[in-house]
Amino acid sequence: MSSSDGHAQTPRHPQLAGHFDTIGQQDYAARLGMWLFLGTEVLLFAGLFLGYTVYRHFYHETFHHCSRALSIEYGTTNTIILITSSLFVAIAYWAVKVGKKPMALFMLALTILCALAFLFIKYLEYKHKFEVGELPGKWFRAEELMKYPAANMYFTIYFLTTGLHAFHVIVGMTVLAFVMKGIISGRYRPDYYVPVELGALYWHLVDLVWIFLFPLLYLI
Amino acid sequence: MTQQSQPSADSPAVYPAVNYLNADRGVKSWLLTLDHKRIAVMYLVSVLVMFLVGGIFAMAIRLELLTPEPTIMGANTYNRMFTLHGVVMIFLFMIPAIPGVFGNFCMPLMLGAKDVAFPKLNLLSLYLYWTGAILAISAMVFGGVDTGWTFYAPYSTTTPMTVFPALLGVFILGFSSILTGLNFIVTIHTLRAPGLTWMRMQLFVWAIYATSIIQVLATPVIGLTVMLVGIEKVGGFGLFDATKGGDPVLFQHFFWFYSHPAVYIMVLPSMGVVSDAIAAFARKNVFGYKMIAYSSLGIAFVGFFAWGHHMFVSGQSPFDNGAFAVISMFVGVFTAIKVFNWVGTLYRGAILVSAPFVYICGFLFFVVFGGMTGIAVATVSLDVHWHDTYFVVAHFHFIMVGAVIMGFLIAIHYWFPKMFGRKYHEGWGLVAASFIVLGFIATFIPQFLVGNAGMPRRYYMYPERFQAMNVASTAGSSLLAFGFIIIAIYLIYALLRGEIAGDNPWNSKGIEWLTTSPPDKHNFPKPIVVTQDPHSYQQPGEEVEHVVI
Repeated sequence: MSSSDGHAQTPRHPQLAGHFDTIGQQDYAARLGMWLFLGTEVLLFAGLFLGYTVYRHFYHETFHHCSRALSIEYGTTNTIILITSSLFVAIAYWAVKVGKKPMALFMLALTILCALAFLFIKYLEYKHKFEVGELPGKWFRAEELMKYPAANMYFTIYFLTTGLHAFHVIVGMTVLAFVMKGIISGRYRPDYYVPVELGALYWHLVDLVWIFLFPLLYLI
Repeated sequence: MTQQSQPSADSPAVYPAVNYLNADRGVKSWLLTLDHKRIAVMYLVSVLVMFLVGGIFAMAIRLELLTPEPTIMGANTYNRMFTLHGVVMIFLFMIPAIPGVFGNFCMPLMLGAKDVAFPKLNLLSLYLYWTGAILAISAMVFGGVDTGWTFYAPYSTTTPMTVFPALLGVFILGFSSILTGLNFIVTIHTLRAPGLTWMRMQLFVWAIYATSIIQVLATPVIGLTVMLVGIEKVGGFGLFDATKGGDPVLFQHFFWFYSHPAVYIMVLPSMGVVSDAIAAFARKNVFGYKMIAYSSLGIAFVGFFAWGHHMFVSGQSPFDNGAFAVISMFVGVFTAIKVFNWVGTLYRGAILVSAPFVYICGFLFFVVFGGMTGIAVATVSLDVHWHDTYFVVAHFHFIMVGAVIMGFLIAIHYWFPKMFGRKYHEGWGLVAASFIVLGFIATFIPQFLVGNAGMPRRYYMYPERFQAMNVASTAGSSLLAFGFIIIAIYLIYALLRGEIAGDNPWNSKGIEWLTTSPPDKHNFPKPIVVTQDPHSYQQPGEEVEHVVI
């Protein structure tokens, strides 16, 4: 009747926590937990997307004109950088799975490099916005956009969404740095790669949010 | 506790010498524990302290309303009092109470598991709860927040009070809630014992599962909302400020998208407690097990689309009002399914009259009465009259507070022997239960009447014609307070000197009763294998065949 007794004989996986019976069960729990967490992240951004929808509906003319104030070149470059970084992280995941440790580390380093490049370009964009006063709420002082009603609202949404996204980029970089540390120390290897998978999933979410933000903010 | 405790002659009640309470010693072994049972006990102490704090503010409010004129405080203090009462009771007591304490303690036991799926995350939830609690309370006590627990913009973004730290506290509490919900969902999916299929899970587990789904899906939105209000307050972005092109009603949509489902975060675990306990105290299989299980999911689902009924007078279109009204009434359908099945469970049961059973009866009364008035306030034409009056206050205290406190009291009495290995005094339990149920009715029935007569909420003065009802309400609240004092005394006595309970003093069929009381650090001496349906009470004279050990 009892099935749990059989595990006593087989040696336990070194990464298996005491309250799980098998590594498969533990992996399933970790994956499910991560997907639920990604769901909460999507809902966090969903609120901002709703705010975007409401105010674009209220002030669609304004949104159209304010969108021109953003640099499509910077935006496109950043989109390409992020999509490429997702490819790198996916390769890194595969490399850990098949035991190509140097390849995995190289790919993760490239991913983090992409993240830094993204943040640098974002910094250039923000810097320009601060200089010309295309800022939220009471800080808004961009003369040429003043003629559109509630132009400050577009930049409120712009800074809230891209700011929250940039914060997630930084968190994602940190997560991937810890994943690299785990690979270097040999903890994550072909028979235990779920943490790498979870880190990669998180990075894909960061990428995915941007894929929605880019057209909504830059291409309207 | 004489007639129901029936340890047979060959198995006298034993208190295990080594159990989770004394397996490790020292403050550090508690603060750094990963044991779900110890985390539950720490939650228990924390939420009880919060309940005491929130209760003291409630009594202050009731004292102030004893007379039409200022009684013990001025307008500003009164505004801070009801904000404190609301924030503490909702975010720090009702939301974490049953999941944090009994979800943590009993749910893994009910699954036959050794712990929750992510024990470290569980401890982190507790620490986040403490951090959020300290932030929110110190902001309100030392700084002062007068917005009410709803933080409505633009008032909250323009008031000079210290709203920001309180918002940060709520934000952190939200994370605690999300992590608990996430942990519980994963635990229920991955750590069920062999043979424990979904349709064999105890109904408390089903309720916790439905609650966790709401926690995970709704709480990020309140996190974002309070974050936006905080940014608004500090940076003046104008997101909810009509003078800058913002829309204050958008705040209300954001807020109630979480805070309406949050009502079900509070009440669903309580319904789960009742489903489990009602079978144990009627000595009967649960009537309509699947109906009760699925209606929890139904409430969780429909609850997400009902938020607009808080905004009938905020300028919503008549069509939206009608749609939200109809959807809100569907919640009543699912609740009614539960109530009928609970009553069906009681029908011809071998009812054990005890303190938890009195609370079960109180629960049924509050849920039906509060639910019916809920249908009434969901009706747009009626709500325009009742909006922001004491009628609404009385309604949500009946359905939400009444149900949650009854559920919490059922849980604490029913599982006390399991958690601490000792019995409370049943006689005093019955006395206190009578005080609580009658006191609750005496407190809030007058509020229905005075609200219907037109007394608005959140005012510290009122016309003299409302005084009789307010005096009645305050008298009722002192009965309630008296009842809680009795409970505190006999439970503390039971903790220290109570009679040894034995493994299963209620002769319950729940899986959590299969281990010792209090349980071992690792929960069960041997792995559990489930071979029977849940709540199988109807095999008189048979040995318990729930598990094969």
